[in-house]
Amino acid sequence: MKKYRKVIEKFIEGVLFSSSTITSLTVILIIVFLFREGIGLFHSSPIEKNFVISVSKQNPVQQLNANQVKAIFNQDITNWSAVGGANDSIILFTTNDITNYYSEEELGPNLENLPQKLNDFIVANPGAIMYVSGKNLPKGFNGHFIKIKDISVSDFIFGKYWYPTSDPIPSYGIWPMIIGTLLVTLGALLFAIPLGLATAIYMAEVADMRIRNLLKPVVELLAGIPSVVYGFFGLIVIVPLVQQMFNLVVGETVLAGSIVLGIMALPTIITITEDSLRTTPKSLKEASLALGATRWQTLVRVVIPYAKSGISTAIILGIGRAIGETMAVLMVTGNASNIPHSFLVPARTIPATIAAELGEASYGGMHFKALFALGIVLFLFTIIINFTVEFIKNKQRRT
Amino acid sequence: MIKAEAKNINVWYGDFHALKNINMSFNTNSVTALIGPSGCGKSTFLRLFNRMNDLISNFRLEGLITVDEQNLYSKEVKIDELRKSIGMVFQKPNPFPKSIYENVAYGLRVNGINDRRTLDETVERSLRQAALWDEVKDNLKKSAMSISGGQQQRLCIARALAVEPRLILMDEPASALDPISTAKIEELIFELKKSFTILIVTHNLQQAGRISDYTGFFYMGEMIEHDATQKMFLNPSNERTQNYITGRFG
Ligand SMILES: Nc1ncnc2c1ncn2[C@@H]1O[C@H](COP(=O)(O)OP(=O)(O)O)[C@@H](O)[C@H]1O
Ligand SMILES: [Mg+2]
Repeated sequence: MKKYRKVIEKFIEGVLFSSSTITSLTVILIIVFLFREGIGLFHSSPIEKNFVISVSKQNPVQQLNANQVKAIFNQDITNWSAVGGANDSIILFTTNDITNYYSEEELGPNLENLPQKLNDFIVANPGAIMYVSGKNLPKGFNGHFIKIKDISVSDFIFGKYWYPTSDPIPSYGIWPMIIGTLLVTLGALLFAIPLGLATAIYMAEVADMRIRNLLKPVVELLAGIPSVVYGFFGLIVIVPLVQQMFNLVVGETVLAGSIVLGIMALPTIITITEDSLRTTPKSLKEASLALGATRWQTLVRVVIPYAKSGISTAIILGIGRAIGETMAVLMVTGNASNIPHSFLVPARTIPATIAAELGEASYGGMHFKALFALGIVLFLFTIIINFTVEFIKNKQRRT
Repeated sequence: MIKAEAKNINVWYGDFHALKNINMSFNTNSVTALIGPSGCGKSTFLRLFNRMNDLISNFRLEGLITVDEQNLYSKEVKIDELRKSIGMVFQKPNPFPKSIYENVAYGLRVNGINDRRTLDETVERSLRQAALWDEVKDNLKKSAMSISGGQQQRLCIARALAVEPRLILMDEPASALDPISTAKIEELIFELKKSFTILIVTHNLQQAGRISDYTGFFYMGEMIEHDATQKMFLNPSNERTQNYITGRFG
């Protein structure tokens, strides 16, 4: 009997141990995966795999940076002299253009002459710049390749443009999204903090039991509503409201996102603040009241200072909820990738971008990696938030 | 001279009749101990004098409570104004998690007094009266949570003294303290009697005997006997008082 129980205990111990191990491993695995995919972006050339950018051997231009290449292919630069070459106009060439220069017979039925013809083309057109697959080039190709610098972290963070699919060189600048995310979050907090604190104070200190018992489930329900529903609500109610109130062309703006996110952050802020206000010992409130302080003076001078760290935690976790939120924001902010300079213009946020684009990015490609790198940035945001919460809690414990 | 009075007092918590027809009066500059078994209504009675019971939703009072002949429950009385003039010390030390200085200054601050000199003077005077000044004068900025329990309770007394109360109410102020701290509090009460009128609830009969001039014995919501402490302890006129004091119940 005793032996039997020992076996069971050992078994349960084993189950508990492996459960916690699996959980920890999963978390570590997710982080490793996120970083492996995301960091890959910074060790690769911004050009699609196997593709090359090449110019004629006669062309004195040896090097171009990514922006110059982009400008050339956007036809913002049309003459080699603008990038230090001869006064000669630039001929853009991608593989598809080959048929403009050579007939189908010349290329062969299965394009078996394509490499040869590509070589012929570069010899015949010293002003050309080619964006082609390296596999299609013959041995002894008569052009030289332009090496493009790898994407740097600062290009990624501070880059102003997010054109993840543009040829030949995509732009992965996330600055507009960082600003967009921060602005939407800031707006949400400007709206949610006063409202949330006021509601929490009302529930903890002012409302009688009956009203509180009514309010509490409502607030908790608010936390349980799926974010898509908030998005719909935002789209149907907030967006038109914002549009009319400010007389805008489109109502999908930072402000609309802020309001929707603010509403979503409210339950977190209210619940945690209320709980922490309630931790104020009755004896302290009584001491204050017995000294002739009014209920408001007691609230301001005793209850709120006592709950300070809980309130800060509530606000920061509210930020956390807002910053990582995807669907609702995607639906109401307009998803424009410009840098938002006010609350009344469209913007996009990091999570919204990931959600919107991950489906279309090819697995393992540059775009895919860039989205994972975005994920890292978001992850770092939330890590900072969590550390701040821990810091505040520790500080509270010490005093 | 009579400082405070309770006339025909009946108190209910909902249906529960907590105090039954109580009449007592308290002389100026005296210490009155309220004794009796737990749950007999001592705290309820004490808290009538600063209207702390008003915080309880099902509390109901009949009768008259006066301090300096002012009816504390008349319509003209503003509760927070009244409480500013009555000091209260609780069972467990309950300093605010603020500095020692700010604890003592609290009563003045909520009164709108923020003048530095007035505050400084009041803090020093109150701490001296509470026999705490010498121990904390160099650490006024220190958190009140960092001093010992006995010091905290004297700080709470100083805090109550700062507004120069007409009456001081103490609800078992030494019950959470060690014997040495308790002795200090008792000494302090003896000193304070010179300038204040004190009502003190205690479950410690020896303590009541040491510090009080008068003693009131409560039993199940009734005030059984109220007399000079000497007489109460040596020659009580009621049998139940006799039994309680000789330790036969309670
Ligand atoms: N808020 C309340 N609601 C209902 N009953 C109460 C309340 N406070 C005290 N009582 C009851 O009133 C009686 C007297 O309580 P109290 O004055 O605290 O007694 P004591 O201080 O003598 O121990 C007790 O029976 C107690 O249960
Ligand atoms: Mg009591």
